[in-house]
Amino acid sequence: MSTIALTPLDLALAASLLAINAAISWGFGLRLERSIAVAAARMVVQLALIGLVLKLIFAQTSPAWTLALVLVMAAAAGVEVVTRQHRRLKGWHALGLSSATLLFIGVAITSLGVGVIIGPEPWYAPRYVLPILGMVLGNAMTAMSLVLDTFCETLTRERAAIEARLALGAERREAVSGALRTSLRTGMTPILNSMATTGIVALPGMMTGQILAGADPLEAVKYQILIMFLIAAATALAAFLGALGAMLLLTDKRHRLRLERLAPTS
Amino acid sequence: MLRVEHLQTGTLPPLTFEVAAGECLAVEGPSGAGKTRLLRAIADLDPAPGQVFLNGAERNEMPAPRWRRHVRYCAAEPAWWSDTPREAFKGAPAARTERLLHSLGLQPAVLDRAVSALSTGERQRLALARALLDEPPVLLLDEPSAALDPQAAALAEELIKYQTLAGRCVVLVSHDRGQIERLAHARLQLSKPAAVSVATVAAP
Repeated sequence: MSTIALTPLDLALAASLLAINAAISWGFGLRLERSIAVAAARMVVQLALIGLVLKLIFAQTSPAWTLALVLVMAAAAGVEVVTRQHRRLKGWHALGLSSATLLFIGVAITSLGVGVIIGPEPWYAPRYVLPILGMVLGNAMTAMSLVLDTFCETLTRERAAIEARLALGAERREAVSGALRTSLRTGMTPILNSMATTGIVALPGMMTGQILAGADPLEAVKYQILIMFLIAAATALAAFLGALGAMLLLTDKRHRLRLERLAPTS
Repeated sequence: MLRVEHLQTGTLPPLTFEVAAGECLAVEGPSGAGKTRLLRAIADLDPAPGQVFLNGAERNEMPAPRWRRHVRYCAAEPAWWSDTPREAFKGAPAARTERLLHSLGLQPAVLDRAVSALSTGERQRLALARALLDEPPVLLLDEPSAALDPQAAALAEELIKYQTLAGRCVVLVSHDRGQIERLAHARLQLSKPAAVSVATVAAP
């Protein structure tokens, strides 16, 4: 098992491909040049940093360090969910809700996947825990932001109909059931699409990574199947908990719609 | 029957008034004076400090859905949550639904037409029928005939009058002076610039 090590020159060559993106932006006056440069720089710096951090943590194999990185990752995912929203929830509730929920989902699903199913020695081996947590969190984060976005958008658009139901004596859960269903479906669909096409249209990154690193393709496929199931469960949980949390934050105990808790769109 | 005490909505000073069973209180004032906000606050659809009693029971003493089954708000612009109005009339006795629709000049078949294909007037009448379906003792009607032609408006008025005769209390927001004179037993005037309210009692 060995990989061909990449030199800085190799990476610079790959980076020169961004000239295509820049040319399109420049040619059509998209003014994306700055965004392209910032995004590329962020990607390189963030990956370099996480590479160093992972190297350090793998060397330690200490539960405390692993846990610390788990917390940082969940918090970062929570911040990302909140800042991605078109209509944001005001205050710290939203950030707390998304970070805590993602931490819970990440820990629960990763524990099941690594601790129970894979069973490395020791069970918290960062080499298994962190990459799987990253994939679980990343997908849960996307599902949750999709759900929150759709839910808040639908609530705003359907406000009159929802309040008509409330006025007729419906409970809040009943009145927002349409918005709940729409947003849950939106949050849960991407993983279904991706499960249905994986292996035909797309070769998943983790699997190709393992294959590039010299693993037996069949072993890599087994890991990929495992991770897809973990991701499916994580996105479903994230969709459900995100929608539930948003419903509780945007309504109150008197079954009123409280859309003033959404920040105005910029 | 309905008693409002120191209810504070928007910029209006705290309001106190009472509507007895069988009475209709007209709420008047220019657009933006807070008429709709007042009705919504009574229905507990918006948080508002103060107290609202129905037969001596304060709104917070019962779950909000139950309060709104008794104190029914009917918005000026009706909204629907399904493709046809049928869904909103589900569970009600067919005879009662039909009677209500007939009294507003509508055929029962209208329930199965697409909401988007209905006229503004049909939608408004359907919303009124929907609000009256379970016979709530208090009706908060926000411009119930604003989108209706004179004939349909007369039918709606007749139906509202019947509600008061049946002992229900009605709080009516309307810009139609004639309608207020025909229906209201009392008036509440909200004025915009000073945001002051004057309650006056008119001839029934």
